[in-house]
Amino acid sequence: MREQQAKKVRVATCSLAGCFGCHMSLLDIDERLIDLVELVEFDRSPITDIKEVGPSDLGLIEGGVCNAENVEVLRAFRRQCKTLVAVGACAITGGVPAMRNHYPLHECLDEAYVNGLGVQDGGIPNDPELPLLLNQVHPIHEVVKVDYFLPGCPPAADTIWTFLEQLLSGKPVEFAYRQIHYD
Amino acid sequence: MIEHFSLDGKRIPFQPGQTIMDAAMQAGEYIPHLCHNPEFRPRGSCRLCVVRANGRSVAACTSPAREGLEVESDTPDIQADRRSLLQMLFVEGNHLCPACEKSGNCQLQAVAYYCGMLAPDFTHLYPVRELDGSHPDFVLDFNRCILCELCVRASRDADAKGVFGISGRGIGAHLIVNAPSGKLGDTDFDPHDRAAQVCPVGAILPKHKGYDVPIGRRIYDRKPVSLVGDVADHQEDMS
Repeated sequence: MREQQAKKVRVATCSLAGCFGCHMSLLDIDERLIDLVELVEFDRSPITDIKEVGPSDLGLIEGGVCNAENVEVLRAFRRQCKTLVAVGACAITGGVPAMRNHYPLHECLDEAYVNGLGVQDGGIPNDPELPLLLNQVHPIHEVVKVDYFLPGCPPAADTIWTFLEQLLSGKPVEFAYRQIHYD
Repeated sequence: MIEHFSLDGKRIPFQPGQTIMDAAMQAGEYIPHLCHNPEFRPRGSCRLCVVRANGRSVAACTSPAREGLEVESDTPDIQADRRSLLQMLFVEGNHLCPACEKSGNCQLQAVAYYCGMLAPDFTHLYPVRELDGSHPDFVLDFNRCILCELCVRASRDADAKGVFGISGRGIGAHLIVNAPSGKLGDTDFDPHDRAAQVCPVGAILPKHKGYDVPIGRRIYDRKPVSLVGDVADHQEDMS
């Protein structure tokens, strides 16, 4: 039993500029979660609340890169994870957050914090603890090497399960037609 | 006289004068394409239908079929080239599938699914492009235009209106509207025009019915483009 536990695949997950929808889709594999925890243990993840990523076999990244902290976390994941996966439209294309790429950053901030509807005594937040925003939102493959891509907004629970099951059993990763969609 | 060529080892009949694409479509064999529609003169611009004919790479939609030609289309290397072309099409525009009304009825998506593209993992250009909502029934979203010129050909050849054109060259090429203002609302573009029904992507979109058919129940949500064909043939499913 102890030996079997030692062989568990260590999985780290995080959401960068994402909405946690992809994590919800992971939870949406329902009772297969019980099968999954037989095979894996979690490192840094919203599921464990571990704050720093440690050496892991598999890293699942949700969301694109929109600020300096995203870059730091993503690079730490790349350093620590043997296999890194871009999960969902935002990690793959920047997604909805990248819609701000069409506007200068100061216009976005002004719109939200200065000129926005109902804003009183507005001002752009400048607490030193706040990570600095990048000029544009980027997909994660523009910052680090990515080993696998799981498209979808979010990828269906079935798609995530198929991926994990095939990857963990060492099979080539293949999907049925309806498991891959970009929306 | 019926002649034949081979497509991935299958014997395909053709009439003299037909292209490789014409004959393949007639025989029910699918060769990926975006800028081709048999109603209009072939353009050969999207390059997705490039096949290897007797060892030479040619666009199937513009190359005449010839007796005894050996055509390869569905091979790992040709499909890999197609994926690269598709990835370039995705990153050159702003193709935000989760926020696009055309998603699921989009032939760019469908061909990318067919060719096995998981992600457009090139550097995204995020070009800044306009949106034209001036027409009462249609919106033009230039973010999604892939320059297939189907609307240009349909408006010119089928509708005899010439509403659309392509201006500029190379990466500067872009769709324009034939009006002094450049606005669709200032043309005689009409919802019944053929040009209103041929866009393979979400660049020319009807207003007021974006989600009448929910995501998940659309043309390419269930079946691949190789089985259900072009989106231009499915107008009844989208309205």
